Amino acid sequence: MKTTNINFIGNRHIALIFSGVLMLISIGSLAVRGLHMGIDFTGGTLIEVGYQKAADLTVLRNTLDTQGFSDATVQNFGTTKDVLIRLRPQSGVSNVELSANVLEAINKNTAEPASVRRVEFVGPQVGDDLAEDGFLALLYSTIGILIYIAWRFEWKFSAGAVLATVHDVVVTLGLFSVLGLEFDLTVLAAVLALIGYSLNDTIVVYDRIRENFRELRNKSTEEIMNISVNVTLSRTIMTSLTVILVLISLFFLGGEVIHNFSIVLLFGVFFGTYSSIFIASPMALMLGISPEDLMIPVKEGAELDGRP
Amino acid sequence: MQNHFPLWKNILVLIVFAIGIVYALPNLYGDDPSVQVSSTHPAKLVQEQANKIESALKAGGFAIKTFEFKDGQVLARFTSADDQLKAADLLREQLNDDYNVALNLAPTTPTWLRSLGADAMYLGLDLRGGVHFLLEVDMDAAVKQADERYNDDVRLALRNEKIRYQSVSKDSGYIKVKLNSAEDKPALLTLLGKDFRTLDVTEPKEPDQVWLKLSEKEQRDIKKFAVAQNMTTLRNRVNELGVAEPVIQQQGENRIVIQLPGVQDTTRAKEILGTTATLEYRLVDVEHDVQQAVAGHVPVGSRLYNDRNGNPMLLDRRVIVTGDQIVDSSSGQDQDGRPSVNISLNGVGATKMGKLTQANIGKPMAVVFIEYKVETKLVNGQKVRHKEKVEKVINVATIQGVFSHRFQTTGLDSPQEARTLSLLLRAGALAAPVEIVEERTVGPSLGQDNIDKGILSFVVGFALVVLFMAVYYRLFGMIANFALAFNVVIVVAILSMLQATLTLPGIAGIILTVGMSVDANVLIFERIKEELKNGNTPQSAIFAGYDKAFATILDSHFTNLVVAVVLFAYGTGSVKGFAVTLIIGILSSMFTAITGTRMVINWVYGNRRVEKLSI
Repeated sequence: MKTTNINFIGNRHIALIFSGVLMLISIGSLAVRGLHMGIDFTGGTLIEVGYQKAADLTVLRNTLDTQGFSDATVQNFGTTKDVLIRLRPQSGVSNVELSANVLEAINKNTAEPASVRRVEFVGPQVGDDLAEDGFLALLYSTIGILIYIAWRFEWKFSAGAVLATVHDVVVTLGLFSVLGLEFDLTVLAAVLALIGYSLNDTIVVYDRIRENFRELRNKSTEEIMNISVNVTLSRTIMTSLTVILVLISLFFLGGEVIHNFSIVLLFGVFFGTYSSIFIASPMALMLGISPEDLMIPVKEGAELDGRP
Repeated sequence: MQNHFPLWKNILVLIVFAIGIVYALPNLYGDDPSVQVSSTHPAKLVQEQANKIESALKAGGFAIKTFEFKDGQVLARFTSADDQLKAADLLREQLNDDYNVALNLAPTTPTWLRSLGADAMYLGLDLRGGVHFLLEVDMDAAVKQADERYNDDVRLALRNEKIRYQSVSKDSGYIKVKLNSAEDKPALLTLLGKDFRTLDVTEPKEPDQVWLKLSEKEQRDIKKFAVAQNMTTLRNRVNELGVAEPVIQQQGENRIVIQLPGVQDTTRAKEILGTTATLEYRLVDVEHDVQQAVAGHVPVGSRLYNDRNGNPMLLDRRVIVTGDQIVDSSSGQDQDGRPSVNISLNGVGATKMGKLTQANIGKPMAVVFIEYKVETKLVNGQKVRHKEKVEKVINVATIQGVFSHRFQTTGLDSPQEARTLSLLLRAGALAAPVEIVEERTVGPSLGQDNIDKGILSFVVGFALVVLFMAVYYRLFGMIANFALAFNVVIVVAILSMLQATLTLPGIAGIILTVGMSVDANVLIFERIKEELKNGNTPQSAIFAGYDKAFATILDSHFTNLVVAVVLFAYGTGSVKGFAVTLIIGILSSMFTAITGTRMVINWVYGNRRVEKLSI
C-alpha cells in the first residue's frame, strides 16, 4: 500500500455531518424503539428444542396457546429443525416449573418428542442485577480509559478518543435497535470488546500525532494530523481486515448462539476503523489540541520511546 | 550487531515455546465417557465392592475401555456415551443407597503429561452440557427466625431469673419486654448485659419497659452463617445427587452458584436443591372431633392438618421429634414391600421418642412432611416474594412398642420419593429457605455442537488470517504467522495451567485474539516499510521499525487490556470466560508478536549484509 495523501482533516465536516446524522438516527431509534432486550436482562424463560424433521411452528404455537401459554413466542433458531420458545416473566405462575410445563405441553401434539437443547430461566431480580452490572462495566471502562489516555497523552486526546468510542457504541446499539436484534449478555460482552478494539485503533493514530507534534515543528496542527492519519492508514486498514476475516468466520460458522456477538463486532470494527480515521482526530482538533500541549517532553513518554 | 539477540533471549523464547506446547498438549487428547462410583458414606469402597461393580458391568455386556479402582473410587471408561448412560442406569438400579453413581468425562491425557501437572482446559457447561443454578438465600427469613428464637430465649431467661414480666412480644421490629414493675428493670438490664450482648437495648419513656433489637453485627453474623450453612447443606445434597466435578460457590452476599456438569434431569436437581423438606413426629389427637375442628373450633393444644388425600386430621400441638434431630436415614422397603425411610435419631431425640412411645403404646402417631417453597413472582409488575409452607401428614401408625434410636417410616408414594426424602434428611436442613433465581441448562448435543462449531470457526478464521498475512507481507508475514500460532499455543497453555473454564464466548475470545494479535506485527511491519521508504538500510529499518512501534503497541494494547479487565470484573459466567481469554491473548500477543518474531527475523536477517527485505 502506498502512503496516501488524503485530506481527512480538511474534509472533516463531511464525516462529522455523516456521523451526526447516524448518531441522530441511532439515538432516535433507541429512544423510540428501544433495544430488544434478551431474557438475561428482562428475566423470563427460554427453551430451545430440536427435532429430527423440520418443526411445524403453527402447530407449536396453537398448542401453547390452548395450553395457557398465550404470550409465548415461537420461532426457528438457526435451522428449521430447531425451535426457540420464549416466555416473559409470568405473573402468578411458578417460573421454576415453567420450562417443564411448556415441554410437556408441546410434546402432547407432536408425533416426535422434542429434544431439549437448552433451557434458560432468569428470575426478575437477577435480570436487574445483570443489567446494572453491564451498565457499570460500560461506565467504569470508559472512566478507566479517560484516565489512562489523559495520563499517557493529554485530556483533549482523551476526550476525543472517548467521544469517538461513544460514537461507535451508539451507532452499533442503534443498528441493533433498528434491526430489532436481541441484546443479551454475550452481545454486551461484544460491545465492551468493541470499545477496546476501537480505542486500540484510535490510540495508534494519536500516538503518531504525538510523535509528529514533536518531530515536525514547522507544520500546522491540521497538517500534522493529516500526515499522521495518512501514514497509519495502511496499518489501520490491515488490522481491521484481519479482524474482519476472523469475524466473518465466526459469523458464518460459529453457530446461532454467537451470531449477534459477531454482528456487533463486525459492525463495530467497521465503525471503529471509520471513527479512528475520520472522527477521533478532528474531535481532538476541535477541542483545541495543539503541539504545545505535548511540547514539554513528558518523562514517561521519553523513557518508553527509548530515545533521548 | 544491530539485529542480534543475545543467547539468553533466544533460549528464553524457546523455553517459553516448549513449556507452552507441553501444557497445551493435553487439550488434543479427548475425553472418555465414563462412570464414577463412590461410597455415600465416609468409608471408602473396598476391592470386593469394586469387583462386584466390574462383574455387574461385564454381565450387562458393555464394552469397557478400562476399569480403574483407585482411592476407594471406581472409574469405568466406555467407548460410547450411549454405553456410559446405560451402564450408569444399570448400576443405579443394582446398587443401593450406599453407592453414588456419577457420569463423568475422564480425560485421556497420558501419564507423563499428567505427572508434569498438565491437564486439559475445563470445559464450561455450554460445551459439555449440564445445569447451572443460581440460588438466592432468603436472608430476611434467617433474621426473622433468629428474632423468634431470641424472643423465646429472653422469656425463658426472665423466668429462670425470676424476674416477673407482663409480656415479651415482638412489635414494630423490637422485642418489647414489659415488666410487672419498674423496680425490676436494673435486674433485667444486668441479665441482658450478661447473656444477651448481641441485642441492642433501648429504654423507652415507659419506665417498666425495655425494647430489644438484634444488633447490626449480629444480623450480619446471622446472614453470613445462613449462607455458609446453606452451602454446606447444598454441597451434601449435590454429593448425594451423584455428579462428578460439581461447582458450588458463593456469589455476592446472598447467592450461591451451583453447576452440575452432565446433569440432564433438572426437575430432580431442582427438587433436591430448592426444597427445604423435613419431618415431624406428632401424636394424633383422638379426643376431639375432626369435623368440629374443620368448622372452626380447633381445640387448644391441637392443630388441624391434612393428609395426602386432603382429609382433615387433628394432631397434638407439641412436636415429639423434629427433622434436625435426625442423624442418618436411608431408604428401603418395609416387610410388605412398601417404600420406607429408615431413621436414626440423636440422643436428645431418642430419649424423647423413647419416653413418649412408652407412655402412649396403642395410640396413633403421625408423621408430618413439611416443605418450604420460596418464589419471587411478578404481580402487577411488582416483585413479590411468595413463601409457602406445605405440611401434610404422610403416615399414621399405631405405636406398637417402645422405640427410640432407630425406626422406620412408611406412607411414601414411591421408592423415588423415599429416596429423595432420606437424602434430604441425611444432607441436613437448609438454615434459610433458598429460591432458584436463574437456571441455564445445556443439553449434551448442543454442547458437542458448540465445540464443533467453535473449532471449525477457529480453524477457518486462523487459516484466513495466515493466508492474508503471507500474501501481503511475504516472508515477514510467514514469520508473523509463526508468532500467531505460538500465541494460540500460549493462550491455550495458560488457560490449561489456570484450569480456567473454557466457554463458547471464550472460544470466540481466542478467535478474536487471532485477528487482533497480528496487529502488533502489522504495526511493526508498516513501520519497517516506512523506514525503508525513508531511505534507511534494511538492517536499520528493522531495528527502527521494532523500536518505534514498541511504544505504540504498549499504549494501544494497554487500553484494550483496561477494557478486558473491567469486563472480567463485571462479567458473570461465560462472559467472564471471554474476558479471561481476551486478557491472556492481549498479554501473550505482546510477547509473541514482538519478541517471538524478532527472534526469527534476527535469525534470518541478522549479522549479514541484506540488500532487500521480503516484506
